[in-house]
Amino acid sequence: MANLWQFAPLKFSTRLHAFLRNLGLKAAVLLATGNMACGTLLFDDDPLEGGRSMTADVEDPNRRDILVVAASAFSAVGAASLIWPFVHQMNPDAGAQALASAEFDLAPVQVGQAITVMWRGKPVFIRHRTAEEIEAAKKVPVEDLPDPLSRNDNEPGTPATDANRTLEGHEKWLVMVGICTHLGCIPKGQTLADSKGDFGGWFCPCHGSHYDTAGRIRKGPAPRNLDIPPYTFLSDTKIRIG
Amino acid sequence: MSNHASTYEPKSATAKWWDERLPVPRMMHDQFVDFPTPRNLNYLWTFGGILTFCLVAQLVTGIVLAMHYVPTADDAFNSVDHIRRDVNYGWLLQAMHATGSSMFFLAVYVHIFRGLYYGSYRAPREILWILGVFILLAMMATAFLGYSLPWGQMSFWAVTVITNLFSSLDSVIPGLGTGIVEWLWGGYAVSGATLNRFFSLHYLLPFVIFGLVILHIWALHVAGQNNPTGLNIKTKSDSLPMYPYAVAKDAVALFAFVIVFAWFVLFLPDYLGHADNFIEANPLVTPPHIVPEWYFLPFYAILRAIPDKLGGVIAMFASIAILAFIPWLDRSPVRSTKYRPIYKWFFWLFLFACLALGYLGSKPAEGVYVFWARIFTAYYFAHFLLVMPIVGSIETPTKLPGSITDAVLGKSPGKSGATGGGGVPAGATAAPEDR
Ligand code: HEM
Ligand code: FES
Repeated sequence: MANLWQFAPLKFSTRLHAFLRNLGLKAAVLLATGNMACGTLLFDDDPLEGGRSMTADVEDPNRRDILVVAASAFSAVGAASLIWPFVHQMNPDAGAQALASAEFDLAPVQVGQAITVMWRGKPVFIRHRTAEEIEAAKKVPVEDLPDPLSRNDNEPGTPATDANRTLEGHEKWLVMVGICTHLGCIPKGQTLADSKGDFGGWFCPCHGSHYDTAGRIRKGPAPRNLDIPPYTFLSDTKIRIG
Repeated sequence: MSNHASTYEPKSATAKWWDERLPVPRMMHDQFVDFPTPRNLNYLWTFGGILTFCLVAQLVTGIVLAMHYVPTADDAFNSVDHIRRDVNYGWLLQAMHATGSSMFFLAVYVHIFRGLYYGSYRAPREILWILGVFILLAMMATAFLGYSLPWGQMSFWAVTVITNLFSSLDSVIPGLGTGIVEWLWGGYAVSGATLNRFFSLHYLLPFVIFGLVILHIWALHVAGQNNPTGLNIKTKSDSLPMYPYAVAKDAVALFAFVIVFAWFVLFLPDYLGHADNFIEANPLVTPPHIVPEWYFLPFYAILRAIPDKLGGVIAMFASIAILAFIPWLDRSPVRSTKYRPIYKWFFWLFLFACLALGYLGSKPAEGVYVFWARIFTAYYFAHFLLVMPIVGSIETPTKLPGSITDAVLGKSPGKSGATGGGGVPAGATAAPEDR
C-alpha cells in the first residue's frame, strides 16, 4: 500500500478526510478487538487507493500503527491535562488568598483576658496569659505530651515547649488558630464563664478534647496541638498575623 | 433486556409506525405491564416503587425550591426563611423536600433490610445489589450536601466536622488531608464558596441517582425479582403479570406511605430536623452537641466508636463498602432467611445492632455510650465477615417448598420439587432454589 502522504496532487481536504476516517476505523477496531495488526482489513474501500490495498499492506501490516499510537497518545495527554483546570478551580481563589494577612491592636487586652479575631475566615485566639498560666505550661515535660511538636509556623518542627509555642520576647501572648485539630469545632475557654477543661486552657465540647495553657492537646481525640499561625509583633501591642 | 417473549401488539397504525422506529411502548409493555412477577411477593416488595416516588418527589420539589433559594453565605439562611414565609406555598414545598429526604431514607432502609433477609443480593443479583450500594452512597452524599444549604448552625458545623474527616489523611501523607479539605472548601475554612459549590453538586447528584436507578431496574429485569421463598420462577403458575397485580399492591402501599409522609409534612414539618438549624451559621460558635440527621446516626456512631481519627473514618466508609461484598460473603446454600433456622437469629441481632448504633450516635461520645458503640460496631462487621460465611457453611436449611406455587397453596415441602425450567441462571451456591 502506498504511503498516504505520497499523493501530493490530491486535495488536502480529501487526504485529511481519508486519514481521519482510517484513524477512526482503526481506533474502533483496536478498541473492539485489542488487535494492533488490523491495518489490512480497513483499507480495501479506501478512496485513495481504489480498493486495491489488501495485498500491498500485507508486506508490512503494522506500518502505520505509529500514527494511531501517536495520535491517541497526544489526544489522551491533551484530554487528561484539561482535567486540571476543572479540579483546580475548586481551590481557594485569589480573593480568599488575598485575605492572607491582617493586623490587630492588643493594647486593650488585660492580663488574663483573651480575644478572638478572624484571619483567613478562621478564628484566631489571642490570650494574654497570667504568670501562673505560663508557669504551669513551662512545668510540663515535653515527653508527657501526646503531640511533641510545637506546631508553630514561625518555628516549624521544634519541640512543643512553652517557649516554642510563643515568640521570643512576647511569651505572655499565646496566638493560635482557634480550631480543634480533631474535627474543626471551636474550643471553649475564651471567656471567663467558659469551661477551660482539665488543664486550664481550652476545652472542645464536640468530642471532649482538653488543651493546656499553651494550647497543647493533653487529653481527648484531637491529634495535634492547636496550630500557631505565622505572625510578627509590629510593636509591643501591635500584631500582624499571616 | 427481558427474558420472556414480547407480547406487545401495537393496536393502531400510529402505534405500529412508532413500534418500527422507537419501540418504547413495547419496552414499557414488556417490562412494566406483562412482566412476570412472582405471585407470592409481600408488602416489603413495594418499597422499590415507593423509592421511585421519593426520588421524583425530591426532584420536583427541589427544582422549584431552587427557583427561590440563594446559595450565598449572606442570603442562604434568609432565603429559606423567605421560602417558608413569603413564597406561595413555599411552606408546603420546603416541608415536602426536607421531610422527603427522611422518608426517602426510611424507605431505602426497609428496602435494604428486605434484601438482606430474603437474600436478594445472592446470585444472579450481585450487580443489582451493588448498584443499590452505589445509590445509597449517592443518596447520602446528596442529603449531606442538601443539609448544608439552609446555612443554619447545624448545617455549618455538620459540614465542618464531616469535611474535616479528610484531614485525617494528613497522618498518611503530611499535607494531603489539609490540601483535600481546602480544595473542598474553596478557602481556609467553610465559607460561602463552600456553600455555592455544595448547591451545584446537590443539584447534580439526584440526576446521577436517576441514572443509577435506571441501571438498577434494568438489572432487576434481567435477573427477575426475588421473592419470600428465594426460589426461582419455574412454571407459569409461579408468576403473575406485573399489571394489574403487582402494580395494584404497589399502589396500596404507596398510598399508605404517602399518608405517613403527609402527616409529617402537615403536622410535624420540623420534627425530624434540629432546633439549632434555626440559628444562622456562625463560624465562631460551635453548638454544644453536634448531631447529624437521624438517618446518618448509625454511621456517626461507628465513626466515633474508633478511638483513632483516621481509623474512625475508615471504619465509617467500610461499613457501607462492605455491603458490596456480601454476595460472596454469604455461603448459605439457600437465599431466603425464612429457611435458615440459625441465621434468622443473627439477622434480628444485626437489625438490633443497627438500631442501637443509631441510638448511640445521638448520644454524646462519652462513658458507657462509647463502650456500647464499640460492641455494636464490632458486631456490625462481625456479622458480615464471620456470621455470614460461617453460619452459611455449617447451618442446615429447613426444607424448601417445591415451588413458589406450592408455597402459596400451602402444599407440604418438597413434593413437586422436580418441575424444572427456572429461567434464571443459577449461581454456584444457589442449588436448592433451582432443583
Ligand atoms: C436524592 C434526592 C434529594 C435528597 C435526598 C435531598 C435532600 C435535601 C436535604 C436533606 C435538604 C435540607 C432540607 C432542610 O433542612 O431544610 C435539602 C435542601 C435543598 N434541596 Fe434537596 N434533596 C434531593 C434532591 C434535590 C433536587 C433534585 C434539587 C434541585 C435542585 C434540590 C434542591 C434543594 C434546595 C434548593 C434545598 C435548600 C432549601 C431547603 O432547605 O429546603 N434537592 N435537600
Ligand atoms: S472537634 Fe474538638 S474534640 Fe472533636
